[in-house]
Amino acid sequence: MTDLATDVLIIGAGGAGMYAALSAARAGAERVLLVDKSLIGRGGATIMAQMTVAAALAEETPDDWTLHLADTRAAGRGLCDDALAALLCREAPERIREMAAWRVGWARRDDGRIAQVTAPGHSRPRCCYVDFLNTGPAVAATLRRQVARIAAIRRVSNLGVTDLAVEDGAVVGAVGIDLAAGMPVTIAAGATIIATGGLTRLYRRNSASANMGGDGYALALGAGAELIDMEFVQFFPIGHLAPRLVGMDPIMWDPFRYKLGGRLLDGAGNEFLDAYGSDEATGYTTPRDLATYAIVKEVAAGRGSPHGGVYLSFAHVPRAALEAAFGPVIERLARHGIDLTQAPIEVSPIAHYHMGGVAVDGRMASRVPGLYAAGEAVGGANGANRLSGNAIPEALVFGERAGHFAAAYAAGRKMARWRPDTGGDAADQIRSLSEGRNGETSAAALLNELRDVMQRDVGPFRDAAGLAHALDWLQSMRAALPLVAVTPGDVCNPSLADWFDLRAGLVAAEAVATAAAARRESRGAHQREDFPETDPCWSRTQRIAMTADGAIAVEPER
Amino acid sequence: MTAKTAILRVRRGTADDPAPHYDSFAVPFEEGDTVLDALIWVRAHRDPSLAIRYSCINANVCKECTIAIDGRVAYACTTRLRDGAAMVLDPLPGKTRLRDLVSDTRPPRERLD
Repeated sequence: MTDLATDVLIIGAGGAGMYAALSAARAGAERVLLVDKSLIGRGGATIMAQMTVAAALAEETPDDWTLHLADTRAAGRGLCDDALAALLCREAPERIREMAAWRVGWARRDDGRIAQVTAPGHSRPRCCYVDFLNTGPAVAATLRRQVARIAAIRRVSNLGVTDLAVEDGAVVGAVGIDLAAGMPVTIAAGATIIATGGLTRLYRRNSASANMGGDGYALALGAGAELIDMEFVQFFPIGHLAPRLVGMDPIMWDPFRYKLGGRLLDGAGNEFLDAYGSDEATGYTTPRDLATYAIVKEVAAGRGSPHGGVYLSFAHVPRAALEAAFGPVIERLARHGIDLTQAPIEVSPIAHYHMGGVAVDGRMASRVPGLYAAGEAVGGANGANRLSGNAIPEALVFGERAGHFAAAYAAGRKMARWRPDTGGDAADQIRSLSEGRNGETSAAALLNELRDVMQRDVGPFRDAAGLAHALDWLQSMRAALPLVAVTPGDVCNPSLADWFDLRAGLVAAEAVATAAAARRESRGAHQREDFPETDPCWSRTQRIAMTADGAIAVEPER
Repeated sequence: MTAKTAILRVRRGTADDPAPHYDSFAVPFEEGDTVLDALIWVRAHRDPSLAIRYSCINANVCKECTIAIDGRVAYACTTRLRDGAAMVLDPLPGKTRLRDLVSDTRPPRERLD
């Protein structure tokens, strides 16, 4: 077994985690430990972001962070945590300019100004990007370079954290698996930051990477923290559906839709958004939740495209304009047999982002001393629906703050000693599972089934019966975890990793379903077939916590 | 749509295995599906012990799914399946093999040992 010690432990090395590491070191932490189940800076959502980044830089037109905040709050349907949303909008320009100084390569106009476009839901051009469709990879590569330059930051790839260690009500570190060796690792930490991203991998149709399975939420709940806004899972309305497209992000179509005016058409080739109250005559500004609703309803009414979505057509755009906008992407599409001047593609809503997450204050501190969160793992800033372009600034701004405040917390106290019973039996469980366990079903098969349950019963449209079914299934699966098969083996044993992914995924999924069942209204990304109206009485958030015996429930209203 | 079947011959075992061998899997697929799609299907439906390395699944940005396909280094996520003749899958040549298709691609400074 390996025993590590650090001032600040950061779990997850996407945009939020890497920025947190830089910030913790900048704030004076002498030992920063950045760990990831995947490779540092390659897993997670940041690297997959091909879209834009919102910040009131005022490069194109006059702008102010308070205007960005107004748009964020409007998108959030009355549920944004105003303090968190304000931090996001106020500090985004500073982070974006810092990234520019680190040579991320924001697209620029001929006169050198950073190019900003108007993404849906924004009142003015505010969203910057890196050409072509390269925003996320450029952000990730830039942060990887910065992190690698700082001696205080130790990076460990393929380390999956399974449990947080709590002593006297405070988080004092974590236990995890060195996945390559299959051995337990203990990490004594002055402060711990959860930067594990969201949970969209729990859905059948998703834009997630492999490790967006909600494990950070399970860690937080297990340590005594609260989760907020868990019922709000954002479905990206026009995820790619057909023809089969690989090697490209399934959510790549949105910027082209608003740059070029791509038209959404039903199976018969007719426009339909106006029937749902969205007038696109003046611009392509339909909010994401409304677009998702309209597409799902069209498909349900039998007016969908052959693969169960709708068409996205650029046929009215001249070839020269397409080539100018898509650049080299047009060649990549051609290799997939896609010619946008000839035929539309099929799109459908896919799980893309999770508004909910760990409840934190402005220091990114959870209610458990020593436990912080950053990035998508944080809940609250985006309310019931995230404004386009807010995910990367959230990662950078909240990462910077979490690193700073976690370092300050760790500096102000003597580090807890890792005692033999610290972390409970977590390390023993890893050892015992790696010896293998007989069972009828594998965790890989159950994770697969979980995605179907979530898509069907806890997806873009929900009702009491479906949610009750999902909760039933999730709770019985949690109870049956000891009966799940694990293949023996330590070195790089995928069934061992699956077992912990399943354990965490079931907890995260149950938190979503529990909050969704309790919210008897429709708002933003939470749409109930049985309560289709927004209810002013529900202009409040819900928090989820876990009891000592593992039960997951909504906290009483305060 | 015509049902198609890909045959994957997958190198199995750890580095210190005395006799590494190949397992064959028949995988149903639709036109356009990839080797990574098939390997993920095998893990869910046939053999959960099969070790593969991938992260972004579909976007080809993480570059973690690099393996040898029919002897040539390629991304599993962008290589299309073919009907009929077997595709032979091996871990990356020139890297320490951990298990099955997973080699140690961690940068040296990101390892625990």
